[in-house]
Amino acid sequence: MSQAEPAATGADTPRRNLLAQLEIDTRLLGMIGAFIVVCLVFNVLTDGRFLTPRNIFNLTIQTVSVAIMATGMVFVIVTRHIDLSVGALLATCSAFMAMTQTVYLPQFFGIEIGNPLIPWITIAAGIGVGVLIGCFHGWLVGYLGIPAFIVTLGGLLVWRNVAWFLTNGQTIGPLDAGFLKLGGINGTMGETWSWVFGLVAAAFSLWALFSARRNKISHDFPVKPMWAEVALGAIVSGAILGFVAILNNYEKPARVLAREFEARGLTMPEGYTEAYGIPFSVLLLIAVAVVMTVVATRTRLGRYIFAAGGNPEATELSGVNIKNLTIKVFAIMGALCAISAVVASARLTFHTNDIGTLDELRVIAAAVIGGTALAGGIGTIYGAILGALIMQSLQSGMAMVGVDAPFQNIVVGTVLVVAVLIDIIYRKRIGD
Amino acid sequence: MVDRSGTPLVELRDISISFGGIKAVDSVSVDLYPGEVVGLLGHNGAGKSTLIKCLSGAYQKDSGEVLINGKPVEINNPRDARDHNIETIYQTLALADNLDAASNLFLGREIVTPLGFVNDAKMEAETRKIMGRLNPNFRKFEAPVSALSGGQRQSVAISRAVYFNARILIMDEPTAALGVQETKMVADLIEELRKDGIGIFLIDHDIHSVMQLCDRASVMKNGQLVGTVNVDEVTEDDLLSMIILGKAPEKAA
Repeated sequence: MSQAEPAATGADTPRRNLLAQLEIDTRLLGMIGAFIVVCLVFNVLTDGRFLTPRNIFNLTIQTVSVAIMATGMVFVIVTRHIDLSVGALLATCSAFMAMTQTVYLPQFFGIEIGNPLIPWITIAAGIGVGVLIGCFHGWLVGYLGIPAFIVTLGGLLVWRNVAWFLTNGQTIGPLDAGFLKLGGINGTMGETWSWVFGLVAAAFSLWALFSARRNKISHDFPVKPMWAEVALGAIVSGAILGFVAILNNYEKPARVLAREFEARGLTMPEGYTEAYGIPFSVLLLIAVAVVMTVVATRTRLGRYIFAAGGNPEATELSGVNIKNLTIKVFAIMGALCAISAVVASARLTFHTNDIGTLDELRVIAAAVIGGTALAGGIGTIYGAILGALIMQSLQSGMAMVGVDAPFQNIVVGTVLVVAVLIDIIYRKRIGD
Repeated sequence: MVDRSGTPLVELRDISISFGGIKAVDSVSVDLYPGEVVGLLGHNGAGKSTLIKCLSGAYQKDSGEVLINGKPVEINNPRDARDHNIETIYQTLALADNLDAASNLFLGREIVTPLGFVNDAKMEAETRKIMGRLNPNFRKFEAPVSALSGGQRQSVAISRAVYFNARILIMDEPTAALGVQETKMVADLIEELRKDGIGIFLIDHDIHSVMQLCDRASVMKNGQLVGTVNVDEVTEDDLLSMIILGKAPEKAA
């Protein structure tokens, strides 16, 4: 504990309760609570089919595409902008990547279909397109001063139809086999590597907690009691390993395994089982989440994004180039749309003309349910991902229960409005 | 008494700016010596804030010269101003409300680790140090500055100027939003900074506080300089008539 400044924490922030001791964000806790309630209710309504490894596996891979874009939408909304074009941008990136791997590379560059380089070149090209379009949006907003709402509303129409133009409206497929590995069920880590990943992730979380504590002590800042630190570490590593355990419990159906063995010219041994483990697309989401969180909290770029959302004039007077910042924010959004496009088209195994339709609304809703304030300056990456997960759970839960399609959308729309209302009330309570 | 025999710290020569055909500042010249506090007085819209924003880099002058230590310099943006150790404390308290005190203090000049990540712990430690000197009652290091009182917010803004070794400090109505106690704190601080040889431009409405804090006062009206007087040699009434009638007293320096 701090010896040098005993008064610094004492007087006006007495450590009242358990939550304060653990230093856990109560908003995060609320969202996790809401998510758990949603899961339990659907689990009861579906006679236990909702919380099976299989359904949880499906839920995670269905969430990835929207969740990746939602992390970028947090930055956009935090800087007081909006991006209505993400679904259309996803379609353009997807169309471009589909054409790259099936037409451009084989026909114009002589790279045969099936060449192991194809997925990498395709993904790089797709991200390049996403970044370029994002920069263009950011330039229109930042330098020319057109409101982001208008730029991206126009973009919604433009990019949706650029995608159409690129593919002549056709469905493009089948996509490259390597590319498809990022779609979800077609590419998973398998049991062993999933455990390895889980252990590494848990160890890393514990190390991060420990080094944050050490850093605080070295500056004589107050730290939470050791038991709280240990409890938090146990919860975090337990959650990571529990998640891995669940995904490792979803076993590949026997016929899938039999087919795999046949493809390798072998016969399946009697009683052989194998689990899917963590899908590569989920791994990708985790990587995106970690990188975006680091950018948001640990880099100057992130600091300026939040400062610009809180007070653009002050940030500009502090010597930050806001126009340039706007370009960067939209460029990040564009890159994430491209990454989502990889996941979305690989999950479908082909590119369709209507891919990503209405995704802009899902993405914005995920960010907002996750606590991103439209007034700017406030938002978290983990919140947006949780928001995406909650929305997807509602949607697929209702589908499993057999709620009619119109009612599904009515419920999701209502939840969005109620979530924001609860957030407003919460903020008023804590005087934020 | 301020020694005005050497080179002025800052000289603004014949500065003019217009906005849409209206001359907001019309060839105004003022100067500032080390350890001096120069008050800028005038009605709302007299052009004092506009003039000073040419020095802080928020606006670009149309014509005229800015000299620092006798050398002409170009100030095109707030970063240039900072490079010349010019710090500004704005009337509107230019703070990002959603960030904590340390993030605001270091905004645009974050301390980073060798890997290029922001070093929040170090910045908070530095903030605690400087606050210990400027405002020892300051406690809310973790909270966003929206949770702070006017005086606490002002001390964040001032600490920013002090921390980065300002040589020239511009204060645009620093006490406008403050209570009596907090105004006193700012006055003490100005006195302390002056002793360190910092030159201060103080823009204020309140003649009384200008009389108290400043060595000289420059009065503006309708974008033009009415005159610059030694505060010791004039009465409040003299200053008032300069502000209202735009008439310089005969004995003015």
